[in-house]
Amino acid sequence: MKRHLISAADLSRADALLILDTAEELASLADRPIKKLPTLRGRTVVNLFFEDSTRTRISFEAAAKRLSADVINFSAKGSSVAKGESLKDTALTLEAMGADAVVIRHSASGAPHRLAGWVRGSVVNAGDGTHEHPTQALLDAFTIRRRLKGPGGTATRGEGLDGIRVTIVGDVLHSRVARSNVLLLSTLGAEVTLAAPPTLLPLAVGSWPCAVSFDLDSELPKSDVVMMLRVQRERMTAAYFPSIREYSRRYGLDVARMARLPEHAIVMHPGPMNRGVEIAAEVADSARSTIVEQVANGVTTRMAVLYLLLGGTEFPEVTQ
Amino acid sequence: MCAARNPVAGRDGLAVLDAEEIRRALTRIAHEILERTHGGGEIILLGIPTRGVPLARRLAARIGEFEGLEVPCGSLDVTMHRDDLRLRPARALGRTELPAAGIDGKTVVLVDDVLYSGRTVRAALDALTDFGRPLAVQLAVLVDRGHRELPIRADYVGKNLPTSQREVVHVLLAEVDDTDAVLIEDGGQP
Repeated sequence: MKRHLISAADLSRADALLILDTAEELASLADRPIKKLPTLRGRTVVNLFFEDSTRTRISFEAAAKRLSADVINFSAKGSSVAKGESLKDTALTLEAMGADAVVIRHSASGAPHRLAGWVRGSVVNAGDGTHEHPTQALLDAFTIRRRLKGPGGTATRGEGLDGIRVTIVGDVLHSRVARSNVLLLSTLGAEVTLAAPPTLLPLAVGSWPCAVSFDLDSELPKSDVVMMLRVQRERMTAAYFPSIREYSRRYGLDVARMARLPEHAIVMHPGPMNRGVEIAAEVADSARSTIVEQVANGVTTRMAVLYLLLGGTEFPEVTQ
Repeated sequence: MCAARNPVAGRDGLAVLDAEEIRRALTRIAHEILERTHGGGEIILLGIPTRGVPLARRLAARIGEFEGLEVPCGSLDVTMHRDDLRLRPARALGRTELPAAGIDGKTVVLVDDVLYSGRTVRAALDALTDFGRPLAVQLAVLVDRGHRELPIRADYVGKNLPTSQREVVHVLLAEVDDTDAVLIEDGGQP
């Protein structure tokens, strides 16, 4: 594995499988009387969140604490960032405090990449702008593998997602989740299709390792997994579709659409959901939905990432 | 030490135990466990991955044969509790599978292939405390090669094998390596 986790493209198939297999072993921790391991005792993980987040920050915090690391939470609100401190100065401050890993979320695409050049510890991208969110893709892959390739058990160890058809639906343009998932799931052997209105697809989508469709209904019967994306109104600076209602009619997953899915298919959503927009409440709460499971798997997967980045020898110093 | 025999299964090194001898050693250990635990009613066998796990299963099967009782058997991965994690790149985890009934109040017999520095066993003892409070913990190993770095000893030993620290001991088991043998190799890397 590389020393940082910035893009899902940094992960080879072997790396990704190592993370998933490690997560599989760590999943049993949730059933133990003591949900803690001493592995990262004395290591410091800084959560550097320049953008609002509930589940990702809490998930990383829980993951680091379960491995006995010390966690420092930093959010841009109420910090010196509000006074105009630059990312680099913030990074140097953290460096001086001796952070072994920095988990960063930032509204600017590429911020984790820049940060990686300034700090000695490992940098984990927890979402940068509209670029990537690799740990979300890992937890999604983990959820898919557990649900569709046999639960838990040794049977799934070392196994990829070969032959599984995943349809990612909605606001691909603004979605870092979609990009990371396309890269990671295709690395693991899944066949990914994006279903979205043309205005919500990035220009370079032709170079992504996936197929593209504008018609959700024709994709549903051949999907093993449907991953709904949140309509990110806060990032939309122009009108990408005529109305929420029209979007919901064409690309929202309601009960009628869910009925078109194969029997075994699962419905995923990275959260937070806009109930009634991209996903109907009945679908979100159905037995096919893995939304709550994804949150639990998030902690496990992030524990695996932190363990694999911090648990071994320190990576050799890099020259800046 | 035994006289030189033929290398087994294409691996370099001298065979110090062959399949028959391993079988006899395990049979003896199974009897000793029964003796020491007064019939083995309240015991759990926990193998330490990788090769402790098949050894634990074999011991459980033997005890089942002799006494007609089913001994709970599982595996205990100690990677996350090791004290040498930072000396090597992060390694993959083995499986941990404990009997559903838990370990509280039971006699846990840890099973491993080779007892050397004692550090793995130390990690296993730490790992166990996170799962509950056993009545007692005992240790069974196929080979004790000496050179302890911690105050730990085995309760059941298949073979005491005096070695030099330069030597490498390989335990091969059919479940993992397609053959049963214990080899000793002089110096170098395995």
